[in-house]
Amino acid sequence: MNADLALLSNQFVYAAMGVYTLALISFAVALAATRGQVVEPQRVDAAAQLAKVPAGVADTGSSAHDAGPAVERAGVPELPPGRRAGNIAMSLTWLATGMLAVGVVLRGVSAGRVPWGNMYEFSITAALAVSVVFLLMSIKHDLRWLGIFVTGAVLLTLGLAVTVLYTESAQLVPALKSWWLVIHVSAAIICAGGFTLAFVFSGAYLIRDRAERRSPDGVARGWLSARLPDRAKLDRMAYQVVAFTFPLWTFAVIAGAIWAENAWGRYWGWDPKETWAFITWVVFAGYLHARATSGWKGRRAAWIAILGFATFMFNYFGVNMLMPGLHSYAGV
Amino acid sequence: MTDSLAPARPAPPPPAKFSTAAWGRWFWRQLTSMRVALILLFALAVASVPGSIFPQRGADPIAVNRYFEQNPALAPWLDRLSMFDVYAAPWFAAIYLLLCISLAGCILPRTIDHVRALRRPPPRPPARLSRMQGYRTGAVEGPEVDVVGAGARWLTSRRWRVRTGDGWVAAEKGYLRETGNLVFHIALLVLLAAVAVGSLLGWRGSVVVIEGRGFSNTLTQYDTFTSGRLVDRAGLAPFTVTLDDFQAEFERGDIQTGAPRDYRAEVSYLATPQSGAETATIGVNSPLNVAGAKVFLTGHGYAPRVIVRDGSGTEVFNGAVPFLPRDGNFTSTGVIKVPDSDPQLGFQGIFLPTAAVDAEAGPISLFPVADDPALFLSAWQGDLGLDDGVPQSVFRLDVAEMTQVGLQSLRPGESWTLPDGLGSIEFVGFDEFANFSVARDPGKELALAAGVAAILGLMASLFIPRRRVWLRTSEDPTGRTLVAVAGLSRTENSSVDDDVQALLEAVASDGSGPSIGNSEGPRA
Repeated sequence: MNADLALLSNQFVYAAMGVYTLALISFAVALAATRGQVVEPQRVDAAAQLAKVPAGVADTGSSAHDAGPAVERAGVPELPPGRRAGNIAMSLTWLATGMLAVGVVLRGVSAGRVPWGNMYEFSITAALAVSVVFLLMSIKHDLRWLGIFVTGAVLLTLGLAVTVLYTESAQLVPALKSWWLVIHVSAAIICAGGFTLAFVFSGAYLIRDRAERRSPDGVARGWLSARLPDRAKLDRMAYQVVAFTFPLWTFAVIAGAIWAENAWGRYWGWDPKETWAFITWVVFAGYLHARATSGWKGRRAAWIAILGFATFMFNYFGVNMLMPGLHSYAGV
Repeated sequence: MTDSLAPARPAPPPPAKFSTAAWGRWFWRQLTSMRVALILLFALAVASVPGSIFPQRGADPIAVNRYFEQNPALAPWLDRLSMFDVYAAPWFAAIYLLLCISLAGCILPRTIDHVRALRRPPPRPPARLSRMQGYRTGAVEGPEVDVVGAGARWLTSRRWRVRTGDGWVAAEKGYLRETGNLVFHIALLVLLAAVAVGSLLGWRGSVVVIEGRGFSNTLTQYDTFTSGRLVDRAGLAPFTVTLDDFQAEFERGDIQTGAPRDYRAEVSYLATPQSGAETATIGVNSPLNVAGAKVFLTGHGYAPRVIVRDGSGTEVFNGAVPFLPRDGNFTSTGVIKVPDSDPQLGFQGIFLPTAAVDAEAGPISLFPVADDPALFLSAWQGDLGLDDGVPQSVFRLDVAEMTQVGLQSLRPGESWTLPDGLGSIEFVGFDEFANFSVARDPGKELALAAGVAAILGLMASLFIPRRRVWLRTSEDPTGRTLVAVAGLSRTENSSVDDDVQALLEAVASDGSGPSIGNSEGPRA
């Protein structure tokens, strides 16, 4: 236990929250300035065309993402509206994520263990995981439209963590002293990031889909919907995130079962935590099947992903705080 | 190509004529349709919810009893709906069994299809290659070049399934996707079978052991014992375990004061009556493996040691009695029954490892470690009711036939002389006890294997793209060999472009030239 490091960790988390807030504002400015003319679909078409041209030809622009800066370098001073704010927002997000990472690491060092021994630590680490996944994805895709939702979700999580869930840095109770804490919980944290993104993509899909269907010519004109990528892309991104997260969630559940067998003598006992993990698993299994079933594709599948995220969140907040069970050792 | 198991087909209309066979076919097609499988999946999710809301007999029977006491009107009705045994309820079983049948009904035909596909060579190139994905062309100098052979060798070396013909090559890759898909779904059925094996052949017992004592793995030694229907309850492996020492450590710092930090039970055990004694340390996440069973440390507490003498000074009781901890600081309650004195004596007690008396809550412990232990006793005399033949809890004193004779608090070493010449009780000290849970589940290795297979199958079915490529050659008037290549992605979100380009580069010297014609093919 190192109280100084724990204090320093808290200061980094608070500072990161400040920078995330600035990033959120910048993302909002960028989104407002986009003026409903979505860059995304055109960029995708360009990317698709580049990809179709044989490698030798495509070499002029190494990737679609560089297209913008390439123009910039060529000496065109005028940036598209919102681009400057969007770039500032992305830089601020990188900075905030770096600070949050320092906060999380210091928290772990202060307690001499992995920084996910209670709900406070799990929350700040999960917020970090969401940010990192977002930033990694942003290297390949233009995700500035998504920034406002991601930084919003991260701020909400961190806000809850430092107010409601805050716990002093301390050693673990014996039940948590196991390598499986590192394996099982880290997998669950990454899944938290994945399911959150699946939720955001699916929610955006529903907004965009509604606008596209209501419009006579299929062009979304709503304030928000016009600024979102087209629904086919959103649907694809949601699927890709779930396709990555679902096997990991399966692994997290099985790792939890192995740990339970080693700690309590049974690998599955329908403890509330286990039950809701199972429910989340079944709902996302339903999502994967729904996307391949006529009549369930698209809107219904998106709703299923949102439902899956809701069950995951309930498992975290509802089960930990409301339901007595073997997993309620960690304190809030 | 769909990602999921059940083929997506429209729901057939119900048969017009009431023939049993027709209805059977209709029902079977309904059950194995993806739509019904989806509905069953969601039914399973919804059916699991009440088990997390109501206490379950399997997990916590005491909580169920408490629920009955608190909700006397509602509880019997909930019980009729199996709300306290949700996961053993007939309606829950109905859902997952229907799901299993639906699953099996999909796996079987798809396995047959897949085995056929594995044995069938890839399909010939389509007539108009230019309409397929990634179409591009190149040329090779000279008419006698073996482009087909080179292409086939290149594809084979990259583990494509290759078929060649007169002037063409066809290849397919990614069969592992469907294999993984089938493995995943079969693994789920195996997992369910493993759970069934465990519930039929597994057993579980719990026992309270005071330091210095032990238990053997026989039915009578356990405080509670549950076993599957096929367990030979008389033939349990005859091992014995002795608790030599128990250590618990608690947080003494300012943060989380009193929180447990470490539990250790030092035990010695005999795997069989003939084998030599071995020692081991059982911790919270490190059980003892012995004779196919596992011994877990699930709890601990204090057992005050007392000596009771009757009016004549004869020792009528001498031993340690486990008291049940009631809070995190181990304020523990228990009962001492002394049937051998006349009249019979009974004591209700509160053991406090670090004693204090709260104005409202009464005697209470302030810290889980025995820094300042005390025993608060309420003495009773009369008939303990042990001779009625009705089994009694060792943690409850039936005072119906008894009268209270007094209250006293004792420190270790102190004695209390009871009034009216009833005798005396001496608080000698205390031992610690440990709760052990002993379990055997012969299905767990199979369950683990099925779980690992499920993950691997799932990853294969989600990440491996299934795709085809074709190559066709023709001779141009100048004597060069023209090469055309194209492909078909059979998986959503994947492209054959890279494969096609690499194939062309492998066979044609100038294959990296610009593509000719339409590169937009029909999408899968």
